[in-house]
Amino acid sequence: MEILTPMETTALLLSLRVAGVAIALGLPLAVLAAWVLGRYSFPGKTLFDGLVHLPLVLPPVVTGYILLVTMGTKGVVGGWLYQTFGIKLIFTAEGASLAVAVTSFPLMVRAIRLSVEAIDGGLEAAARTLGAGPVDRFFTILLPLMAPGLLSGAIVAFAAAMGEFGAVITFVSNIPGKTQTLPLAIYAATQEPGGDAVAARLAAISFTVALLALMLSEFLANRVRRLIGQV
Amino acid sequence: MLDLQIRQSLGAFTLDIAFTAEERGVTALFGRSGSGKTSVINAIAGLTRPDEGHIRVGDTVFFDSARHVDVPVEKRRIGYVFQDSRLFPHMTVRSNLEYGLRRVPAAERRIAFGPVVDLLGLGHLLDRRPRGLSGGERQRIAFGRALLAQPRLLLMDEPMASLDAARKAEIMPYIERLRDEMNIPIVMVSHALDEVVRLATTMVLIAEGRVRGSGPVGTVMGRLDLSAVTGAQDAGAVLDLTVETHIPEDGLSVLAFDGGRLTVPQIDRPPGSAVRLHIHARDVIVALQPLAGVSLRNALTATVIELAEAGPSSADVRLAVGGSFLIARITRAAVRELGLMPGREVVALVKGVAFEPHSGGAVSDRHGRVVDV
Repeated sequence: MEILTPMETTALLLSLRVAGVAIALGLPLAVLAAWVLGRYSFPGKTLFDGLVHLPLVLPPVVTGYILLVTMGTKGVVGGWLYQTFGIKLIFTAEGASLAVAVTSFPLMVRAIRLSVEAIDGGLEAAARTLGAGPVDRFFTILLPLMAPGLLSGAIVAFAAAMGEFGAVITFVSNIPGKTQTLPLAIYAATQEPGGDAVAARLAAISFTVALLALMLSEFLANRVRRLIGQV
Repeated sequence: MLDLQIRQSLGAFTLDIAFTAEERGVTALFGRSGSGKTSVINAIAGLTRPDEGHIRVGDTVFFDSARHVDVPVEKRRIGYVFQDSRLFPHMTVRSNLEYGLRRVPAAERRIAFGPVVDLLGLGHLLDRRPRGLSGGERQRIAFGRALLAQPRLLLMDEPMASLDAARKAEIMPYIERLRDEMNIPIVMVSHALDEVVRLATTMVLIAEGRVRGSGPVGTVMGRLDLSAVTGAQDAGAVLDLTVETHIPEDGLSVLAFDGGRLTVPQIDRPPGSAVRLHIHARDVIVALQPLAGVSLRNALTATVIELAEAGPSSADVRLAVGGSFLIARITRAAVRELGLMPGREVVALVKGVAFEPHSGGAVSDRHGRVVDV
């Protein structure tokens, strides 16, 4: 007997892909936001901070609804994307990636920002006196030293992205093979008579992936910490 | 020539500093903690921005509020050795040393990697990480890193403050070698008089954000009005002398300066080398004529320059000895009974000296210790 049925395999792979794309696209922006929030003060910082963290406190359904309204083919941004580039986000896997990128973004920013703030600002001052400009300092001092937080933030956000339900189902619906990620497949299974076994197996897969991600995050962060001489 | 004049509001007080310093040697900014010394070198480095004034080194203007010049830190090429080293933890010692060097165009590199590593004794540390190195080692790496960035000026913020006495004794000779061999002007912040006396050529005395006195170390240390700022316990003059001869059979050395000779316990420096002595005011006795039948060997002909109260019962007497100065701390009763007044010829008897090796090379193990002579 196969370990996973084709339907289960499809849902797992789709979830991995959706979360992977979301983290790959969100990470650079999260690093940028964490750097700005952790190192600089500017007018409107509180508002910016609030906007970044909003998806953490908003009901995911609301996040999904806002995406539906703005990014749908009739939405302000979505309509423009569709008419100009023919890009359609609604009811697609790419749209699912966008939804989970938005909901997991604050998790990444928080983890990375903590590690930015833990970096002694004196090191950057020292780098300045040694002739390093802002971009130079970012890549040679800040980025290597924030690597542990960056890694663990990315992995935890990845796990959370795989589990996102409300924003995904609201924005891109529940289409098997297209937008039906693991949690959506579990939900669908529980709605069908005799689907309990399927739901349990899918839940076990989710459980395993989440646990593995957390352990991997700890392990990698420790390795990187040793690599950059912090332990 | 370092030419600095800055005003900067610092919350508790206003920093209002102006001084000039020779481009060779060590300029020490001396004062108590919180007097504003570090703010001065932060402004020189460009890490903080004065409200007004100017900062120039030679022909280069780093800051001039009137002309709206404010060169960014990373373009100033001013080396900075921080009190806490600030080595990059994720890099090896070698990468730390090369950080500044790699950011200078090859054509402008005068100070090479190898000689600096040798000068600071870092060869065996190159592949290690800063973590786990001793405070003295970390500070030596910080010196090297700053030097290799090819600075036109080197700033040091209490480079020995976080080190214990043994580590400090280990670091001092290296700073002397930087001073004597690298030909880069150094501005050092310190609140330890022994460091200043040993290392500095020029001394700038700072209190509450103002310059109280500046000039050659011997001149500043010889001023009575500044002894309250330098610290009453350490009040005393600084003499620069040369080793004239050694008398091995008696274990003595004879040191000469323009005011005469001093005989001290033998020091391991060849004749002709420079020696700096810190002569505490409490170790100088004033007599009206040469004494016979005393064990003191060091008597110098001196002229009273000025007198100042130093406490409820004591007075400081400033004495000219040739072109140098001594300070004697005696009782006010003695001043009255001896009839001391400016212009009076006296004999200064020196009871003890503290050695402050002045030049590079071998360092006397007696350094800093006060010995009776």
